[in-house]
Amino acid sequence: MASSHISAEPILKLRGVSKQFGAVSALTDIDLDIHAGEVVALVGDNGAGKSTLVKVLAGVHQPTAGAIEFMGKPVDLDSPGKALEMGIATVFQDLALCENLDVVANLFLGHELNPWALDEVQMEVRAWTLLRELAARIPSVREPIASLSGGQRQTVAIARSLLLDPKIIMLDEPTAALGVAQTAEVLNLIERVRDRGHGVVLISHNMEDVRAVADRIVVLRLGRNNGVFTAETSNAELVAAITGATENAVSRRRARKDEQMEPQA
Amino acid sequence: MSDQNPQTALDRSDSRVRHDEGIAGAIRAFIDRVRSGDLGMLPVAVGLVLISVVFASLNPVFLAPNNLVNLLFDAAAVGCISLGVVCVLILGEIDLSVGSMSGLASALVGVIWANMGFPVLVAIAAALLAGAVMGMIYAMLLNKFGMPSFVSTLSGLLALLGMQLYILGPTGSINLSYNSALVKFGQILIMPHWLSYLLAILPGVVMVVLGLGTMRRRAEANLSSPGLSVLVAKAALLTVALLIAVFYLNRGRGVPYMFGVFVALVVGMNYMLTRTKWGRSMFAVGGNREAARRAGINVGRIRMTAFMLCSSLAALGGVFASARLATSSQQAGTGDVNLNAIAAAVIGGTSLFGGRGSAWSALLGILVIQAISNGLTLLNLSSSLRYMITGAVLAIAVIVDSLARQSRASHGRG
Repeated sequence: MASSHISAEPILKLRGVSKQFGAVSALTDIDLDIHAGEVVALVGDNGAGKSTLVKVLAGVHQPTAGAIEFMGKPVDLDSPGKALEMGIATVFQDLALCENLDVVANLFLGHELNPWALDEVQMEVRAWTLLRELAARIPSVREPIASLSGGQRQTVAIARSLLLDPKIIMLDEPTAALGVAQTAEVLNLIERVRDRGHGVVLISHNMEDVRAVADRIVVLRLGRNNGVFTAETSNAELVAAITGATENAVSRRRARKDEQMEPQA
Repeated sequence: MSDQNPQTALDRSDSRVRHDEGIAGAIRAFIDRVRSGDLGMLPVAVGLVLISVVFASLNPVFLAPNNLVNLLFDAAAVGCISLGVVCVLILGEIDLSVGSMSGLASALVGVIWANMGFPVLVAIAAALLAGAVMGMIYAMLLNKFGMPSFVSTLSGLLALLGMQLYILGPTGSINLSYNSALVKFGQILIMPHWLSYLLAILPGVVMVVLGLGTMRRRAEANLSSPGLSVLVAKAALLTVALLIAVFYLNRGRGVPYMFGVFVALVVGMNYMLTRTKWGRSMFAVGGNREAARRAGINVGRIRMTAFMLCSSLAALGGVFASARLATSSQQAGTGDVNLNAIAAAVIGGTSLFGGRGSAWSALLGILVIQAISNGLTLLNLSSSLRYMITGAVLAIAVIVDSLARQSRASHGRG
């Protein structure tokens, strides 16, 4: 672990952040610190509030209560543009790509080079360079996104988040649609981004991926903080924190399997 | 990068990509695109040829040079309106009030210039300003209240028509002086022959110069190019076609300035849509609004510019129409103006579903619409039949658009 690089002061600091959708409290009193040079994994069951938290940090949703500090200053993330400008880049679960535009246009969307006479050549070269760094298998960057597979789209979305050299990059389920090699590439990439001194927030249901790269594992449950763990934490402990009970569906299943094994032994 | 063969272009290093080079390659890529449902300008080009053949066989006057010159005079006004409609269609919105807006603009010109005696340019500026304000109102209704543009512009249609009748007052119609520059511009001003030939050659030259520049820069960046032969062939084809068209028109009265202004607007809009950040944002908002917003694009501002452009161009079209007819009347902008402008954009290949289209579709679409209307008038058909036929053509255009969209979806081209 590259824990030696981790900054003392967090880049991003959340205190008491809450988000309500009508009567539903999606997030309640969330505290979260993200330092430069560390990978924070955000785990939790479906509906735990992971994606909502990411959307709050990306400026897509505005929090109902709480304070967000970025680089030591209180900030108001009221639009996605503002979050991007500050250096918080996000790969959304639904990727948020424009299917009618080609790969280059999507990569540079909102940040085109030379706004009044688009520099297509330069943009295409940067697109190829970026995609190569990710070991992406994309045959042509001049095809519309609609013609790409799920994994290729995922790579384009990740490449786009790196384009602006952000301070923090948030990945919402980045490996869900990827093959074995691409998943490894994304994990390599996450480590490379971290080693460059960026903060990384990783959301994943895949405990193996999380353990492989995370410096800290933050567990959310029903919209609340439910403990901070490290990669050394045992699986049973993590699952207990995620589900909120030592006696849960996962442990019961494990116990049943063990019982079935015993008579044969 | 080190494993890359320096002989292979950056964008041709994947073995799965076919290397389309030279003219044969360009033709093959074009056929591929069409088969997958990316029709572009093809249906409208085919339609234009079909219409010309049918009408010319029914009445040879249709292809007479002077009839075509008249056709171009008529096309400029509604063409301008259609160009604005393209903008809002790309966003996936619609403006149903463009006809009324053009009528109001024509009334404003009549009242401010002919009745109140202000300079004509002041009157035109006032008309354009009215258009911009109206577009701003539509965009604000959409941005602030989420009012669908379909509804806001439908109510705008009625409100603007009312305003047109109100400012024209009880007389109902204002005649514009035949000696004025505006009416001359709309009825008789023709480019000198040398200028029309020069303008016919210009696009080809510009295409080659810009194309060579792009090829050089792409080669420096180690990217592939379709090749010099394709570029020269395209430019030569375009130049020959334009020269023939201009030569033919010059056997009659010649190329109208008003049509020249319209084409210049189309070229300008095409540049804005394809080569600027604004244009890219327009297509992004039309393709996936939420994705555009998350990429940091100010969706509200893009909508604002599109609606303001649309209404302003509708107003300009109204000014052109009043110049063409030498009158500001209660009938201006009513009847089929609205439908023709929207139909032209769709027939030209701009999708009603948003995210797809081009400024050229206004030009080609309006030529189709105007050719049909002109041809049917030459056959002495009543307006009842003309309406029915134009309606059918619009229906066919939308069917082609829908089918092409389904085909694109099944070929994975969005």
